Amino acid sequence: MTTSYSGQFLADLYRTLYTIRLFETRCIQLYREGLIRGYFHPYLGEEAIATGVCAALRKDDMIASTHRGHGHCIARGADFRGMVAELLGRKSGYCQGLGGSMHIADVAAGNLGANGIVGGGVPIAVGAALTSKLRGDDRVTAVFMSDGAVNNGVFCESLNLAAVWSLPLMLVIENNQYAVSTPVEQATREPELYRRGRAFKVSSRQVDGNDVLAVYEEASEAARKCREGQGPVLIEAKTFRHGGHHVNDPGNYMPRQRLDYYRSRDPIDCARRKLLAAGVPEAEVRGLESQVERELENAIDFAKASPEMQVEEFRAFAEAY
Amino acid sequence: MSGTPTAPAASAARTILYREALNEALREEMRRDPGVFLMGEGIAERGGSYKVTMDLLSEFGPSRVIDTPISEASFVGAGVGAAIAGMRPVVEILFVDFALLAMDQICNQAAKFRFMTGGRGRVPLVIRTQGGAGNGLAAQHSQSLEALFYHVPGLRVAVPSNAYDAKGLLKAAIRLDDPVIFIEHKLLYMTPGEVPEGEYLIEFGKGEVKRPGHDATVIAWSNMVPRCLAAASRLADEGIDVEVVDPRTLVPLDLELILASVRKTEHVVIVQEAARRGGVASDIASLIQAEAFDYLDAPIEILAGVNSPIPFNLTLEKACVPQEEDIVRAVKRAVYAPGGTDGV
Repeated sequence: MTTSYSGQFLADLYRTLYTIRLFETRCIQLYREGLIRGYFHPYLGEEAIATGVCAALRKDDMIASTHRGHGHCIARGADFRGMVAELLGRKSGYCQGLGGSMHIADVAAGNLGANGIVGGGVPIAVGAALTSKLRGDDRVTAVFMSDGAVNNGVFCESLNLAAVWSLPLMLVIENNQYAVSTPVEQATREPELYRRGRAFKVSSRQVDGNDVLAVYEEASEAARKCREGQGPVLIEAKTFRHGGHHVNDPGNYMPRQRLDYYRSRDPIDCARRKLLAAGVPEAEVRGLESQVERELENAIDFAKASPEMQVEEFRAFAEAY
Repeated sequence: MSGTPTAPAASAARTILYREALNEALREEMRRDPGVFLMGEGIAERGGSYKVTMDLLSEFGPSRVIDTPISEASFVGAGVGAAIAGMRPVVEILFVDFALLAMDQICNQAAKFRFMTGGRGRVPLVIRTQGGAGNGLAAQHSQSLEALFYHVPGLRVAVPSNAYDAKGLLKAAIRLDDPVIFIEHKLLYMTPGEVPEGEYLIEFGKGEVKRPGHDATVIAWSNMVPRCLAAASRLADEGIDVEVVDPRTLVPLDLELILASVRKTEHVVIVQEAARRGGVASDIASLIQAEAFDYLDAPIEILAGVNSPIPFNLTLEKACVPQEEDIVRAVKRAVYAPGGTDGV
């Protein structure tokens, strides 16, 4: 890394990283308490990718996310209260409790939504990027996907469409090396996934997905290219989950050694060390952390106190279907 | 083009083809709203396999009339994304059979987005496609798949049977905020019909009595409507006065119109080109018996396609789909001799 960053910028990145980490950790506790039900796919270990990419985007840019999407929402600036309330299935949630963990979206804020279908959001992001091109604006759409998604047909189709139409689309492969429980090497002969893009004449790069600044720099460059009409761009961010596929999957198939290696390169710890090294005092970092903690606890209290949609109200809502 | 809606009765009518009526609908909506654009295979320079998008490229240019690679899943998905992002895409799927390649984007994404976002998101997307048997296109280019879309909550389904309805429904579809599966019929594209000069829209969920009658209600949609009207003329010669009801959209379904007719005639035949099993006809029959059981003089007759893929051989193809003679026989069965239901 050649650029030097201000303490403020590093602190902002760290705040996002810490927020995602804390959000996932606390919500898993709520899950264990029975307050959150259904599927919950933690983003633990992958926080630097959403944080770095979203920091490189403008407020009017768009993102499309995955089933492991809480981090993307937070990095995109989502409101804690709406998120926790949604996970608790409350009416005050982003989707009135009708969507849940896998379907949080905020179109007005440029978040086209998480997605319960692996790869399902990729063509949708193509459409968002196409919209920018048709309107002649210079917005960029970033779409997150897993290593699992790249073996789905729509990934290749969408990559091709985005390429042939030169769309302002940033395709971000979060290669956490497992598609549910299947290691990437067992799922494809070319586990260096960024190379897929080159076959479609798409500028494609690999980046350390645990290094928030490295991700930020690649994403900034990608966003610049997209805005200048040189899109799409593909980024493969290599990372590792800190656990199984979802909260009820212990992930016993993940080799201990590799997990230890990636834990030793924990994106939050690394960013914190850098922040301190940049001269931000420990007390200030701690202050930032406790502020996030307070906000999250407030959001949890808000969500717990929020009512659920009543069955009668739901019936009226669902009449349109 | 006038932006002011005009009552059809007040405008001069011309006779144009079904495909021309669709073309007019697209042209008018594209002129009205810059957010409307078209995507599909061979729709630009070529004007589409059935010429529905003829000459739109020259007026609106390649950014609004977009030829796609043969990638149904992703260009339908791109339509979903563009719709979410604020455009009003009209995506053409060449054959409804190919919609199966895009079913995740249609059923899991487009149909559910508004719901999953608690009503905050919108997908104003029209998927135009065509179905039905005709002229030996064989099993993968001849299906009638409306029941698949009818079954999935969140989709609207239009099945126009003539040029007038095709135009009014397509214009209305483009203005809706929810995804519409707009299923044309390959045998209808070249059929002429009266279409007024002035603008008009047809509201979704409003069916139409295509022929009034007192002795039996025949419910049909898409290409079965003209066939039922032809059968009704023959039956009239034999003294049976048939009412033909065309729901025009299957979702939402104009059940009130259907029930009013059933209460009047007390005999019901539902004619569907699609295979009998799990079809829309069965569902309409169940709705009628639930709402108007006391009015029925005989069991509801369902005349449907055979539970078989469509064969290539033309004689066998005909045998798989209700023909005029089959409809005549089915109505007589319903009117004269109450009995069970069957396929063709």
